[in-house]
Amino acid sequence: MSLLTINNLSMKIGAVEILRDVSMSVDPGQILGVIGESGSGKSMTAFSVMQLLPEGATCTGEITLGDTNMLTAPEPDLCAIRGNDVGMVFQEPMTALNPVKNIGDQVAETIRIHEPSVSKAEALSRARAALDRCELPGDRFPLTRYPHEMSGGQRQRVVIAMAIARHPKLLIADEPTTALDVTTQAEILDLLKRLVVEDNMGLMMITHDLAVVSDLADHIVIMKQGEVVEQGAAATLYRDAEHPYTKALFAASSHQPDRSAPQHALPLLQVKNLVRDYSLPRTKLFAPAGKFRAVNDVSFEIKRGESLGLVGESGCGKSTLTRAILGLEALQGGEILLDGKALVTGGHISRAARRKMQVVFQDPYGSFNPRHKVARLITEPFHLLDTPPTGLAHDLAIDQALISVGMAPDDKHKYIHEFSGGQRQRIAIARALIIRPELIILDEAVSALDVSVRAQVLDLLAALSEKHGLTYLFISHDLSVVRSITDRVLVMKSGEIVEQGETETVFEHPTHPYTKALINAAPRLPDDIKETA
Amino acid sequence: MLRYILKRLQALLISLVVASLVIFSAVEIVPGDPASFMLGINAQEDTIMALREQLGLNVSLTQRYFTWVTGMIQGDFGTSYTYRTPVSDMISERMVISLPLAIYALTLSTLIAFPAGIIAATRRGSVADVSVMGVTQLGVAIPNFWFAMLMVVVFAINLRWFSAGGFPGWDAGFFAAMKALTLPAIALALPQASILARVMRSSLLDTLSEDFIRTARAKGLTRRQTLWRHALRNALIPVLTIIGLQFAFLLAGGIIIEKVFFLPGLGQLIFQAITQRDLIVVESVVMLLVFAVILVNFTVDLAYGLADPRLRRSR
Repeated sequence: MSLLTINNLSMKIGAVEILRDVSMSVDPGQILGVIGESGSGKSMTAFSVMQLLPEGATCTGEITLGDTNMLTAPEPDLCAIRGNDVGMVFQEPMTALNPVKNIGDQVAETIRIHEPSVSKAEALSRARAALDRCELPGDRFPLTRYPHEMSGGQRQRVVIAMAIARHPKLLIADEPTTALDVTTQAEILDLLKRLVVEDNMGLMMITHDLAVVSDLADHIVIMKQGEVVEQGAAATLYRDAEHPYTKALFAASSHQPDRSAPQHALPLLQVKNLVRDYSLPRTKLFAPAGKFRAVNDVSFEIKRGESLGLVGESGCGKSTLTRAILGLEALQGGEILLDGKALVTGGHISRAARRKMQVVFQDPYGSFNPRHKVARLITEPFHLLDTPPTGLAHDLAIDQALISVGMAPDDKHKYIHEFSGGQRQRIAIARALIIRPELIILDEAVSALDVSVRAQVLDLLAALSEKHGLTYLFISHDLSVVRSITDRVLVMKSGEIVEQGETETVFEHPTHPYTKALINAAPRLPDDIKETA
Repeated sequence: MLRYILKRLQALLISLVVASLVIFSAVEIVPGDPASFMLGINAQEDTIMALREQLGLNVSLTQRYFTWVTGMIQGDFGTSYTYRTPVSDMISERMVISLPLAIYALTLSTLIAFPAGIIAATRRGSVADVSVMGVTQLGVAIPNFWFAMLMVVVFAINLRWFSAGGFPGWDAGFFAAMKALTLPAIALALPQASILARVMRSSLLDTLSEDFIRTARAKGLTRRQTLWRHALRNALIPVLTIIGLQFAFLLAGGIIIEKVFFLPGLGQLIFQAITQRDLIVVESVVMLLVFAVILVNFTVDLAYGLADPRLRRSR
């Protein structure tokens, strides 16, 4: 008998239909992968199982966990089930823990809430055991640690320890590794897999990333706009997908944009022996402040028309390097040449240099002023021009920029909240393009996008590069994206470039141990999908 | 935590020194010579000189500053120019009213605001929430002296539960004294409680939408347990800030309420001293208030440290 059965689950918030006739089941010891893009209802399905829904949500259908019908069970029964029979792990480990309580108390709370008779000392010792199981050893991670003293991956382990402390029959993991670096992601996935085997626990794994579940899940459910479009055993579904959406999703995940932009031999941007130090807070009142070298002796160049990738995990210095190239960081050594001329002279970056560079940021929601219309937003770079276009030329430039990124000229009259994430990122690219720069820095520009939208944006970037002879510096933690869009790649670790070379060569034959570790840790789709796609 | 306390203490001392310098120079810059003011406009030049000598106004500024500061540290605030009595006596006479009144008002305001804010936040959009928001809106808008007069009309004149004003002194007994302070305390507390309740509500609403609240619910905690164990302590930081600010205001900011209820408090003292150019009293009372504010902020900082472990390290 199944551990969890969801039968024809429909859910509405107010009058809006969120889920429609969703059915799936999880057996003990089984890993169910629930895959879908944003808005597909995959998280809402999970929250329906927990009955932790937003206010005004109403469910119909059936959710049976063990012998309990979760939809009809009264709240006190649900409280007794949550954390005891079913545990949950969330996407954002940085905010999932209470910042003012130490980890011991937080894990012990799960135990004491369900077994009030357990003494505090006993609960703490069981919390210790749960943390040990999640590979947070007591000598390095005492129970008195606070969440802010730990990294994202370590916090996620604490959340997992909290969820499994009572040995639940079912664990729901909602995008548990999305916010983590690839190597950390691989470790967390291994941990979840081990816990499933050890406790014969059912795992419902929700993700947008097909590759994450490809070698983990036994059974896969594909969701789209609140409905299950296809489901089946993982081993066969990847090969024999029938539904057009599933096929499109698989294709988009391993999408290879068609790139044939000509390259020139001349370097556009040269970075020579760049050094950036940050001072650390003083440890003693009169002691000299310590230094942290975020970028250490970094040198590279980008040729005109080339697309260069920069990969590395969080904290490796790639953001600092990007900011330095944009002239936003004071340097402690080295120089940056743009078109053979020093970028920063007398502490300032010239307008002429700024004109040649534009940037597209990661967050398509936060990088626009919500009070301005699109026409004003995308013409912001005009202040870099000595004689910005006026009148008709001005309007024409806006229309052209919007058309070139696949938007309609009429969109200029709208506000940014009227657009989806992918459309916003197109507008961000239009903003970067409008003054015809030579170099565009894409700082995790597609990381927040769904796979199908991401594929479209990557195609757009490839087409624009060919049409306008653009040069890209493509910064990302996502190795598969970097592999698909760049000619050469730099691998950065602890402020240094540890490996660089032709993208294909680096990916096929990495030489540095760190590059090898990164590539091995990155989840991959089964090879035969790529061929069918 | 010890290092955090020491650092805060260090900041406290620096603030005190800077504040004393600012107050001293500000009072010195104010036009009007106390000696000529005391003797009236027809006074002889040599009489004024003699009085200046007697008041210690003729020595250098630095010397006067140090005499003032060292005096204060020893509890000697000098002698009032106008009344020829020690300033410390005048202040302590007023303090026995102002300090209990401030504490009384703050306690009332906290006792009203916390439950109101918590109920409003946990039942967002309900009748209770709407009423709390409506009443607090009114509480912020109504001038407290008008509310004070209204209370006098209702509770003192019509119902005769309280006297309309005055203070019998602590010798009359704790309850009699507290009774005399009750109406003023309520009048002072009303706007403060309204602000505090609103801050509590919005801060708690923010906290309740945090991810870790959802985590706590997923662990099996009930709504109530989540509120008490996880939400409240996190919501407390902005509330503590407001409480700190309010206490400082209540100490001397209640001058209008003191007037309405005929209470000889600190506010009245400083008002008189300013109109009479009694600079030494002004200096001392202002310094004392600054000291109180800094001390309250220090306490609030310590409370932050207790409430939030992240602050213990980062500052």
